[in-house]
Amino acid sequence: MSEKKLTKGDIFNMFIRSNFLLASFNFERMQSMGFCVTMIPAIKRLYQGDERKQALKRHLEFFNTQPFISAPIMGITAAMEEQRANGAPIDDASISGVKVGLMGPLAGVGDPIFWGTIRPVTAALGASLAVGGSILGPIVFFVLFNIFRLATKWYGLQYGYTTGTNIVSDMSGNRLQKLTEGASILGLFVMGSLVSKWTSMNVPLVVSTVTGSDGKTVVTTVQTILDQLMPGLLPLALTFICMYLLKKKVNAIVIIFGLFAVGIIGYALGVLA
Amino acid sequence: MSEIQMILLILVACIAGLESVVDEGQGHRPLIACTLVGLVLGDIKTGVILGGTLELMALGWMNVGASMAPDSALASVIAAILVIVGKQSIGAGIAVAIPIAAAGQVLTIFVRSATTFFQHLADKYAEKGSFRGIEICHFLAWTLQALRVAIPTALVAAVAGTDTVNIMLASIPDVVTRGLQIAGGFIVVVGYAMVINMMEAKYLMPFFFLGFVIAAFTNLNLVAFGIVGVVLAVIYIQLNPKYNKSTVAFDELDEL
Repeated sequence: MSEKKLTKGDIFNMFIRSNFLLASFNFERMQSMGFCVTMIPAIKRLYQGDERKQALKRHLEFFNTQPFISAPIMGITAAMEEQRANGAPIDDASISGVKVGLMGPLAGVGDPIFWGTIRPVTAALGASLAVGGSILGPIVFFVLFNIFRLATKWYGLQYGYTTGTNIVSDMSGNRLQKLTEGASILGLFVMGSLVSKWTSMNVPLVVSTVTGSDGKTVVTTVQTILDQLMPGLLPLALTFICMYLLKKKVNAIVIIFGLFAVGIIGYALGVLA
Repeated sequence: MSEIQMILLILVACIAGLESVVDEGQGHRPLIACTLVGLVLGDIKTGVILGGTLELMALGWMNVGASMAPDSALASVIAAILVIVGKQSIGAGIAVAIPIAAAGQVLTIFVRSATTFFQHLADKYAEKGSFRGIEICHFLAWTLQALRVAIPTALVAAVAGTDTVNIMLASIPDVVTRGLQIAGGFIVVVGYAMVINMMEAKYLMPFFFLGFVIAAFTNLNLVAFGIVGVVLAVIYIQLNPKYNKSTVAFDELDEL
């Protein structure tokens, strides 16, 4: 019997399919169908008959992780299936074990990097161009984000497949921790600048009107005093209030409606402009 | 609105719906979806501006684990149609987008529950060893997500720009639209707060304050902030003793 081996075409096919991982997301088993559909090129190559049915069932089990970082898990699963098809003593439990064992920690790395850093940073960059009416805004966001996304998926899949089960020991090193920590620094730094720059809050209440000796009138509002202290102080305070409320499990939509109310009432009372 | 525009709008709505669940190419984000609607309706500039405004508000809306973001796909497409066709202000766009995003979230929960049906159907095809069957289940479930956005969009597009809708939008009192626009200026902090909370790293907060102070007193743009942020991250990791223990120990041995 000749050795069963996945071709480059099979891996490429898996890469294409991995782009639809969440297409059938449901609350029962989440990304399971997407994972199974991604594995189909490998299953087709490696198994026949009853073994094929078993493999399909095996990959319809519960699965959920960050969609881009799922690629290395798919790669390593394909590598394990390949070894198993060639007679290596790998049972169902160890394949499921690797999948389940990796999806949690990898989501813990992928969520802050992609949803917490790369998307907000590229989207804020695009949006800051777009509010001025520049078509470059959406293009910059779309191109930049998708470069990061596709590169992660492509190299992640290759990396998972070639590293195989060694990935587990590879990951226990501090490489992932460095990446997460570095991304958090970038994300927090940019968020800090956004709080100050891309928010507007103006309290036009007049504190004093002084007519100087040169005849010029100097109007001092609450906002001018605040700006002398530190521009963006009010949005900063508001950010911390929001962080506190979110930690108290208040729904974001509720907070948004609350802030709308603040805007409308503030404007009606002349406190905000 | 011509028939071709109507068809293209529904197509854009389908793309936004499909993207909103897979979360891959980001066609469901306001910045992209509003731009596409603007492109179809021949007013790309308004689409881009509305998209940018809504994008900043939605910065922290994300699908993490089993939790779901408010529906940016439905909100962006419908808000853009109403603003462009009805010649409304960006403020009015914000006013309709947020309630729609909340309503869309409920619709999304419904569809994600309904797709459980396909999950069980796929189990049956697995018993038979049918690749095709599982693939069909997977992609049929996906089309439900397209319909989730396309059907409400078609309904809104059919009435957008008519006198009734314009009168309804115009009947929103000035104090509300002005107030919403003012709120739009600082409502973005909810998104920032969500992103900051997700990092959950109190010991890294100095970087947040550094970004805040530099932005408050300089005129650097976001590209500059991105570069400075990466540099800070690299320096922090290079100098952090946590990552340098082994080499230090090694040097000490050498000196002995």
